[in-house]
Amino acid sequence: MSAPQSYRRILSAGLWSNNQSLVALLGLCPLLATTTSATNGLGMGLATTAVITCSNGTVSLVRHLVRPEIRIPVFVLVIASFVTLVELIMQAFFYDLYQVLGLFIALIVVNCIIIGRAEAFASKNRLDRALLDGFAVGLGATLVLTTLGGLRELVGQGTLFHQADLLLGDWAKVLSLSLGKDFQGALIAILPPGAFIGLGLMIALKNLFDQRAKRRAAAQVVVAAPTTVTAT
Amino acid sequence: MRTKLVSLLLSGGLLGAFAVISVSLVAITHDSVEARIADNQYLAMKRKLDTILPTEQVNNDPLQDRLQVSARQLLGADFTQVYRARHDGSPVAVVLEPVVPDGYAGPIKLLVSVLRDGTLGGVRVVSHHETPGLGDKIEESKSDWVLGFTGKSLTNPPLEKWAVRRDGGEFDQFTGATITPRSVVKAVRDTLLYVQQQGEALYAPREDQAGGPTSGGQG
Repeated sequence: MSAPQSYRRILSAGLWSNNQSLVALLGLCPLLATTTSATNGLGMGLATTAVITCSNGTVSLVRHLVRPEIRIPVFVLVIASFVTLVELIMQAFFYDLYQVLGLFIALIVVNCIIIGRAEAFASKNRLDRALLDGFAVGLGATLVLTTLGGLRELVGQGTLFHQADLLLGDWAKVLSLSLGKDFQGALIAILPPGAFIGLGLMIALKNLFDQRAKRRAAAQVVVAAPTTVTAT
Repeated sequence: MRTKLVSLLLSGGLLGAFAVISVSLVAITHDSVEARIADNQYLAMKRKLDTILPTEQVNNDPLQDRLQVSARQLLGADFTQVYRARHDGSPVAVVLEPVVPDGYAGPIKLLVSVLRDGTLGGVRVVSHHETPGLGDKIEESKSDWVLGFTGKSLTNPPLEKWAVRRDGGEFDQFTGATITPRSVVKAVRDTLLYVQQQGEALYAPREDQAGGPTSGGQG
């Protein structure tokens, strides 16, 4: 990396401009499989964020020690260990949540966002930047997971944040929303096709936002400096 | 050649060192939280049992007073756990963990409590792979269908009515999902049949279980 990125850029890249789920399309396996509800998505996202931050930090710390030819196996080791630790800690201290998410936690290992960040960012940057990058990327993924989960849950079941109290404690019951028992959901949203369709819509929406922003920026340039625009 | 060998050994040693560190970290954590996890599992199971047992009459720990039986045809698995609930030693209820072998998408694990008089204390689904939105209405958190079993017995409704409505029985099916409720109803009925067949043998103290229900099963 030639010039170290500013904290601001790392944050905005992780959350939006280089969002790993919407732009790089990495980590789709857990993304598509676990987002049947907003609560599941949020829980999975938070667990992923924890793992990715820890693994980025560790990889950054040992980046001068690890020789290039063994870096991938070392990354895999680090990530697998952290996932196991998260799973154990969850079972010990958040057992209710573990019962909801337990099956999916092991899936974090195969989330290529994590090894992607280890390889592309953490192994080339200082500890503080690596930690921030892990956190930002994790948060970006959490946003996508929660939104997609909420979308599928709302369309498919007519609820939102159902059972969120298992994840966040009793206060979260106020988050739960229901469209009523008579709501006939579109089942397809909950089934696997719903995940693909929902993700496609989210990507399209993001591109739309970006295009709008670009056009607006271009228009401002035209107003501010018409000569340069006509010249090009 | 020499430098290559040195670099090879160095890489290998480094990788090995990483493996040792990660594995010990995991092992230490596992060791320190193992007891806590076992406690959690025990408490979760106990809480589940308490919802389908007449707790005010039970003063033993059914989870400690357990028995393993084998009746594949009625209970769906090679081995099934039976938890016995007692009051001062006299039988109150048994809780079985039958498996529904013919769910729509794989086996469904149940928890069925049968009171001493043969009525159901309650049924809960422990795990399943049914379709979200359709078959998963057997879960207590999704619909109260499964609560409808409470208080039923082999005479209420009569045996031939132990089926979903579509098959001429007494139990509701779900729109779009008949297979799941049908197989659950059948499994609960079979569990009741098994308990009726075994009678008091299921409550026998563990010492004289050698030739008891384990070999009894479904002949």
